[in-house]
Amino acid sequence: MSIQKICSICKEKPATTFTSYISADNKKTDLDLCDACAKAKGIDDPAALLVASADLMLGLGASQEIEQAAGGVDLKCPRCGFTQTDFKKSGRFGCPECYLTFAEGLGGHLKAMHKGTRHIGKTPEALRVSRENSDRLKTLQKKLAKAVESENFEEAANVRDEIKQMTEGSTPLKNLTR
Amino acid sequence: MKDLHQFLISPAETARRHGPHDRIVMSSRVRLARNLKNASFPGWAKKPERVKILETIRPAVESLPEMSDSFSEAMDNLGALDKQILVERHLISREHAAKSSGSGLVLNREETFSVMINEEDHLRMQALRPGFQIRQAWSAIDHLDSELEKKLDYAFDNELGYLTACPTNLGTAIRVSAMLHLPGLVLAEQINPIIQSVNKLGLAVRGLYGEGTEALGNVFQVSNQMTLGETEAVIVERLEKVLSQIIEHEENARQTLLEKKTKVVFNHIGRAYGILANAHSISSKETMNLLSLLRLGVDLGLFPGAERSLVDELFLTTQPAHLQKQFSDKLSAEERDLLRADMVRERLKNVSRPVAKLPPPNTAN
Repeated sequence: MSIQKICSICKEKPATTFTSYISADNKKTDLDLCDACAKAKGIDDPAALLVASADLMLGLGASQEIEQAAGGVDLKCPRCGFTQTDFKKSGRFGCPECYLTFAEGLGGHLKAMHKGTRHIGKTPEALRVSRENSDRLKTLQKKLAKAVESENFEEAANVRDEIKQMTEGSTPLKNLTR
Repeated sequence: MKDLHQFLISPAETARRHGPHDRIVMSSRVRLARNLKNASFPGWAKKPERVKILETIRPAVESLPEMSDSFSEAMDNLGALDKQILVERHLISREHAAKSSGSGLVLNREETFSVMINEEDHLRMQALRPGFQIRQAWSAIDHLDSELEKKLDYAFDNELGYLTACPTNLGTAIRVSAMLHLPGLVLAEQINPIIQSVNKLGLAVRGLYGEGTEALGNVFQVSNQMTLGETEAVIVERLEKVLSQIIEHEENARQTLLEKKTKVVFNHIGRAYGILANAHSISSKETMNLLSLLRLGVDLGLFPGAERSLVDELFLTTQPAHLQKQFSDKLSAEERDLLRADMVRERLKNVSRPVAKLPPPNTAN
């Protein structure tokens, strides 16, 4: 009464671990492993799977992408001391700030795992306001630059006042996104 | 400290909770992962930091109106048996059961909200509902989360959303899942193509406890895998759509089996009843697989007068920790097999053997 799929490595035992990975040239490959082969490949931990399988089978995974982005240096999170080698081992990060530390090279990894690379879901109420404000601020700054460029100084002055009004009294919340 | 076993709803009562389509969808669940800003994730934080995080989160969760009457405990105060009972009830994950100091659990009286503190993430909160109620579970946990965000400083990034220990949960950090009883599709040998097409939609199909693919008792868990780049509503809708289709396939499979393979179905159900009602030693695995067929028999009207809740209750009480809990002495696996068989025989005493005729259509509910 279980699903019969055969291990793609030993081609003998029934597979118990199912994964697929996406290579650098965007090809998707399914990889089904039995208990023994999964253990032998060190990918019996499902969380580490995505990273590990890509690494082991293909020689190019997220951690390697990050490594390449770092120019071969073992990156270390300044807040928590988590290194990229640690990520390679566990497939998990050390703290929220790691996402900033290891941002380079993570994009491709996320693309392979998710529908998109930008969050469009729920946002905490407090940040939603600041997010809307920062979007508005960006628009105003563009407007200002344009006005200055076209020497429309009256418009520029108005926009500058508006920006001033927005930024005064409220310190923008720091976000991890640059 | 509250006693977990006085707090927990009895298996008999749990089994009588009903929801839409509960003959196929046993339960619905939506889980959100959240983390605190400026703190290491539980897997990387040292014990003192984990304890501090627990001390920050636990009172915040306890103060929520939904959790006003709750069981709240540090994991190191729970024994191995208690933890296993919580796992068997799907109230905590296996991973959480392995945690001790610096981790905690807050569970509400109705067992509709379970909040794990310092599992893989600082917060893993889930809403649980009987039957097919994914949308309701999402709106419940969404509300709980919105209350909690006022009290805690979440790690959130404008681009990446809620930041989680594992990048596979990034973004919405949502996992929407349902537990399905699909004996019809298994007997009709249609389960594999169904699983494959569900996988193609980016959804995962797992067994009863999520491990491997062995679906004990023909119970399958279907859940989303991708969490970034879509809204929660879109993910919930996709699950709803796919689950509705699986329900339809299961109903069709049962109907077709009854019409075209009557003897096969009667044979399976009759044998299951025969073993369960007469065995003197039985493992939990065999029990679950046979109870699944008994459940199918009840659904198909082959056990007039018997209720599905009896089967669902046995599904829970025959599992190792629940069984052990009923006896004060520490039991070996062999002893459990004997006591399990005794219990099942006793409970099936008043259930007559299955009728060997097709019930008139539309009486099966």
